[in-house]
Amino acid sequence: MTTETLSRTVATRRTWGITWTRIRPLVIHVVLAGSALVMLYPVIWMVVSSLRPGNEIFRDPGILVKDLRIENYRVGWNALTEPFTRYLLNSALVVLGSILGNLVSCSMAAYAFARLEFSGKKFWFAIMLLSIMLPIHVVIVPQYILFSHLGWINTVLPLIVPKLLATDAFFVFLMVQFIRGIPRELDEAARIDGCGKASIFLRIILPLMVPALATTTIFTFIWTWNDFFSQLIYLTDPHKYTVPLALRSFVDATSSSSWGSMFAMSVVSLVPVFLAFLLGQRFLIKGIATTGIK
Amino acid sequence: MSALGELGSLRGKKGLGQKKDNLAGYLFLAPWLLGLFLITIGPMLASLYLSFTDYNLIQAPKWIGLENFTRMLSDQRLHNSLRVTFTYVFVSVPLQLMIALLLAVVLDRGVRGMAFYRSIFYLPSLLGSSVAIAILWRQVFGTTGLLNQVLDIVGIHGKGWISDPSTALGTLVVLNVWTFGSPMVIFLAGLRQIPAMYYEAAAVDGAGTLRRFFSITLPLLTPIVFFNLVLQIIHAFQSFTQAFVVSGGSGGPSDSTMFFTLYLYDKGFGNFDMGYASAMAWFLLVIIGVFTAANFFASKYWVFYDD
Repeated sequence: MTTETLSRTVATRRTWGITWTRIRPLVIHVVLAGSALVMLYPVIWMVVSSLRPGNEIFRDPGILVKDLRIENYRVGWNALTEPFTRYLLNSALVVLGSILGNLVSCSMAAYAFARLEFSGKKFWFAIMLLSIMLPIHVVIVPQYILFSHLGWINTVLPLIVPKLLATDAFFVFLMVQFIRGIPRELDEAARIDGCGKASIFLRIILPLMVPALATTTIFTFIWTWNDFFSQLIYLTDPHKYTVPLALRSFVDATSSSSWGSMFAMSVVSLVPVFLAFLLGQRFLIKGIATTGIK
Repeated sequence: MSALGELGSLRGKKGLGQKKDNLAGYLFLAPWLLGLFLITIGPMLASLYLSFTDYNLIQAPKWIGLENFTRMLSDQRLHNSLRVTFTYVFVSVPLQLMIALLLAVVLDRGVRGMAFYRSIFYLPSLLGSSVAIAILWRQVFGTTGLLNQVLDIVGIHGKGWISDPSTALGTLVVLNVWTFGSPMVIFLAGLRQIPAMYYEAAAVDGAGTLRRFFSITLPLLTPIVFFNLVLQIIHAFQSFTQAFVVSGGSGGPSDSTMFFTLYLYDKGFGNFDMGYASAMAWFLLVIIGVFTAANFFASKYWVFYDD
C-alpha cells in the first residue's frame, strides 16, 4: 500500500467518524420516535376509530378523521342495563375507598417499620416483604368464602376493607424506603420539644412524606381502576358493576359489528388512567424505580 | 434498593440500640397485622385445608385427603394450562427484558427528550392490564383487524390471529412484551448507578461501544437484571385479565390461551369446585416458589455485586 492511499483511507475514515458523531443523535431520535409511534399506534387508532362511523373501522388503518361522529359514545353510553355513568360512579367509589385505606394503613405500618423499635420487627418486616410476592390466587377462595359468610358479596366491602388493613404491602415498602430518607434529627428535635410517637408521625413524618403518599395515591388509583380479577369475583349484580366489568359484559353482549361503541367506552375507561399518568408521571417513575412495583 | 435486595440483606443487620417500645410499635402495626392474619395467613391456612377437601360452597367441606392432587396428575386440561403458562412465561419475559434493556441503554446515552420517551414507553405498562386494551387487542389481531388491514397494504393476506390456536397465545405474548416500560425504568435507574469513570477508563483503553456494554454495563447491571427477572416471572405466572377478555373467558380457541389462573378461576368460580381450586392455588404457589428459589440459587453464578 502506498503512503498516498494509506493517508486517503485515514482521511475518509476520519470524515466518516465526524459524520457519524453528527448524525448519531438524529439516528437515535428516529429509532426512538419510530418505536414510540409503533407502540402507541393501536391506542391512537382506537381513539380515532371511536370517532368514526362503524363500518370504517374495518377498512381504514389510518388515523385521520374525515367524518367525525360522536354517535359511538352516545350508543355505547346507553348500551347496557345501566347508563355508563353508573359504572363510572361504582368504580369511583371503589377507587376512593382503596386510596383512603392504603394511605392510612400503609403509612402507619411504614412508620412502625422505619422508625419504631419493637421486638419481632425484623421478623414482621421479612413477612411483609414476602407477602408482596404472594399470588392472590392462594387466598382468593377462602377470602371469597369469608366475605360471602359476612354477606359482603355484591358490595364494595371486599374490595375496600383489605386496603384498610394494608394488604397492598408494596406501598408499605415504598413508604418505608421514603421515611428512611427523612433525617432522624427531625424526630429527635420534635421529641425534645415533647412530641410523642403519634405526634411525630402526624406532624413531622406525614407532612414530609407527601411525595410517597402521592405515589401511593396514583398507583392505587390506576391499579384499582384497572383491576378486573377481584371485581369479577365479588361483583356479580350488573347494577354493581364497575367500569372493567361493564366493558367486559359489553364485549360478551354485543357482536363485533359494534366495535365503534366498544372502543368509545374503552376510551372513556382509559381517560382517568391517562389523566393520572399525566399528573403523576414523575411520582410513578420514581416509585417504580425505587421499588420495582408495576 | 429493592424488596428483593432488602430480603437478602435482612440477616445480620444490627438494631440501632434504641429503647424498645413494643406497645407503640404494635399499635402502629395493628391494621397491617390484622390484615395479615385475617386476609392473608388465615385464608392461606384455610385454602391449605380446603385443598384436601371436596367443597362446593353449599355442603360442608368433605375431607378427601390427597384426591385433589392425584386428580391434578391425570387432568389433561390442567397439563395443557401448565404448558400454555410456561410457554407464555418463557417466551414473553426474556423478550420483554431484552427490549427493556436495549431501550434503557439507548435512552441512557444522554438523548435529548429522554424524559419524554421514557414516559411514552412506560405508558403501556399502566394500560396493559386494563380490559380496554384487551378489547383493543381482540380487534387488532382479529380477522378484519388493524394488523391485517396494514398487512393488506403490503399485499400480505393475514388470518384471524386470535381465532387460530397456533397464534392466539402469541398475541398475548406481544401484549406482555408491549409493557416493557416498567422494567425499562428500573434498568434506567440501575444504569445511573454505574460510575462514569469506568467508561472513561474504558474509552482511554480504546474499548468500543459493544465491548463497553458487555464488559462494564452488563456485569454491573446483573443485580437489576436479576431483580427484573424474578419480578416479571412472578408477574407473568399470574396473568389473567388479558387472556380472559381476549378469549371471552373460555381460554380458547381450543384451550390455547387457557392460563393456569384462568383454569383455576373456571374451577373455583365457574364450577364452584373450591377444593380443587385451592389445590391448584397451592400448586401455583409452589411453582412460583420453586422458580424464585431457583433464580436465587442460579444468581450466585451470574449476578455480580460490585462491592
